[in-house]
Amino acid sequence: MSGEEGCDDFRHFRDEASMSGSDAGRDGVRGARPGREALTGAHGRRRGRGEQPMVPDAEFSSYYGTPVLNKPTWKPLDIAGYLYLGGLAGASSLLAAGGQLTGRPGLAAPAKLGAAGAISLSLAALVHDLGRPARFLNMLRVFKPTSPMSVGSWLLAGYAPLTLAAAATEVAGRYRLLGSAATVASAVLGPAVATYTAVLLSDTAVPSWHEGYRELPFVFAGSAATAASGLALAAAPPAQAGPARRLAVLGAALELGAFRAMKRRMGLAAEPFGQGGPRVLMRAAELLTAGGAVLAVSRGGDRRLAVVAGAALLTGSAALRFGVFQAGVASAEDPRYTVVPQREGLARDH
Amino acid sequence: MRDADDRHGNALYGPQPDVSGASGYPDAPPRVGFFTDTSVCIGCKACEVACKEWNAIPEDGLELTGMSYDNTRGLGADTWRHVAFVEQRKPLGGQEPVAHDDVDVFAAASSLGTDAPSAASSLGTDPPSAGSSLGTGAPSAASSLGTGAPSAAPTAAGAPAGPISPVSPDGRTELRWLMSSDVCKHCTHAACLDVCPTGALFRTEFGTVVVQEDVCNGCGYCVPACPYGVIDQRKDDGRVWKCTLCYDRLGVGLEPACAKSCPTDSIQFGPLEELRERARTRVAQLHAAGVTDARLYGDSPDDGVGGAGAFFLLLDEPEVYGLPPDPVVTTRDLPGMWRHAAVAAAALAALAVGSFARRPR
Repeated sequence: MSGEEGCDDFRHFRDEASMSGSDAGRDGVRGARPGREALTGAHGRRRGRGEQPMVPDAEFSSYYGTPVLNKPTWKPLDIAGYLYLGGLAGASSLLAAGGQLTGRPGLAAPAKLGAAGAISLSLAALVHDLGRPARFLNMLRVFKPTSPMSVGSWLLAGYAPLTLAAAATEVAGRYRLLGSAATVASAVLGPAVATYTAVLLSDTAVPSWHEGYRELPFVFAGSAATAASGLALAAAPPAQAGPARRLAVLGAALELGAFRAMKRRMGLAAEPFGQGGPRVLMRAAELLTAGGAVLAVSRGGDRRLAVVAGAALLTGSAALRFGVFQAGVASAEDPRYTVVPQREGLARDH
Repeated sequence: MRDADDRHGNALYGPQPDVSGASGYPDAPPRVGFFTDTSVCIGCKACEVACKEWNAIPEDGLELTGMSYDNTRGLGADTWRHVAFVEQRKPLGGQEPVAHDDVDVFAAASSLGTDAPSAASSLGTDPPSAGSSLGTGAPSAASSLGTGAPSAAPTAAGAPAGPISPVSPDGRTELRWLMSSDVCKHCTHAACLDVCPTGALFRTEFGTVVVQEDVCNGCGYCVPACPYGVIDQRKDDGRVWKCTLCYDRLGVGLEPACAKSCPTDSIQFGPLEELRERARTRVAQLHAAGVTDARLYGDSPDDGVGGAGAFFLLLDEPEVYGLPPDPVVTTRDLPGMWRHAAVAAAALAALAVGSFARRPR
């Protein structure tokens, strides 16, 4: 298609949008959208509620409102749960190594156990989510840098045994040198375990995951830090939990800042974060994370309040992972998020 | 050296003239694919049936969608060919608007089998009008209806009168049906293949993309990776399935079942280069006939997926058929994703170091 012709097509597309779908299809599947028939022209209107970026309500055509994409088949509890537990484990390994190296055994011990427990649970969730769980070892048939899931599988294959070794030597109280080596090695891999999951989501055609690929790793890194510090605050004696309190604040700042930056850049694909279930989850994540971090630094010396702060941070991190997961699924279910940005891109190119 | 660059360059994005060679087939046969010319699709769904039969795809629900004559809805694990059916209040390009108010189909039917010349011409048994293709044939078809029907009308008094086709308020008949048989695009840069962690998805020597069902472990990553919504998981089976471009038939020199069964040659199978050439000719032919809506979709090696192995001639915007207007293989941005994740991982480590930097209180 020549450039001029494409431009012309686009103009027609806008003019004909209200009739070029079909008589029955417009309202057939997803219910009537108020104002869809009206031509909005240059004047955008805001849809949805909450703190939405200004996104014009663009006209678009679809095939009877059916999605362009096939939505992810992943079970939310398994995969969003895995994103959460992987982050919790990865950042916990950092606290474990830090506690070990700075002489804070009361901080290192729960962090080691938390990392081992979380990564074991997450591996179980991953295998449970497979359509053919008996074939889980096929993940290690090949190594493919183009597949974040392949990279992640090899990463976990290296990381999980290290955390288990670190936790086992901690519990047994023997082979301390081996345990220390395993703790430090797991701390080297931990940040990768916590952030590669952002690539896992972004490397899809799902608009609300893909469009955030620049900031999502930072959101997940911050969320991992708050989760791990939450666990440490809840389990470690306050006298040794100073680093966890500081990590909670730094992690919360990174998570919330990166999330806002991500939404600003995403354009229309940010909209699902502000609607329905994801909106509730993201609001809860922001409130719990910010509240937990503030409580941790201001009242973290009090054992009971430290537990409350830790629980808030852990819950907030989980809410963020489930919110991101659900927002992506919602963006895949509505053809609008696929069609409109692609149309706008074509209009810009011509 | 130049040759090697061509072969191994653009691994994730951009034109890739030798897709089989880049996947490690030294003496590959020419890349094959489908050209689906929707201007001659009649929506018979023979392709859907032939595909199901040949590939032994299980039944996946016998429901009526109520949205159109399309009760298949879309591609998925158990639907590898899907005929979209769009009804529009819009004239077909190049078609003379015909008022059907004075057409009496019962009268026309009653003259069937007689020697009435009007019936013969209106039914299109007249070789020139029957043999001509859609665009060029339209005017002659219109004239045969317009002239033939009125002469037959007086013979059938008492037949139901009144409008028999949708008429817009200004009295003009504006209706068209768009039908299009959708299928896996067998992309030059296939996201499903790129993200598959087990190697179950692979590139064949014909340049097509196929799932090995004995390797797939049902991780489901390819499902949201596909920018067209083609591949999906079969629930009771756990694995993912999609069009193989009848890999088994290609191997013994047969064309895929859908193309074989297509009665109008809307689905054409062959070497991709040849199909692209044929498609360009067809578009020019349609444009000359006044069907200015005709455009190719997925034919360009410069598009977001490096050109589709199965491309289409459409009569409206792609999204009207449920196709993405400008799909991009998600792995185009993968190097950037890994870079951002690496920086984020370093940032996380730095935060942890910073948290321990102060002396314990």
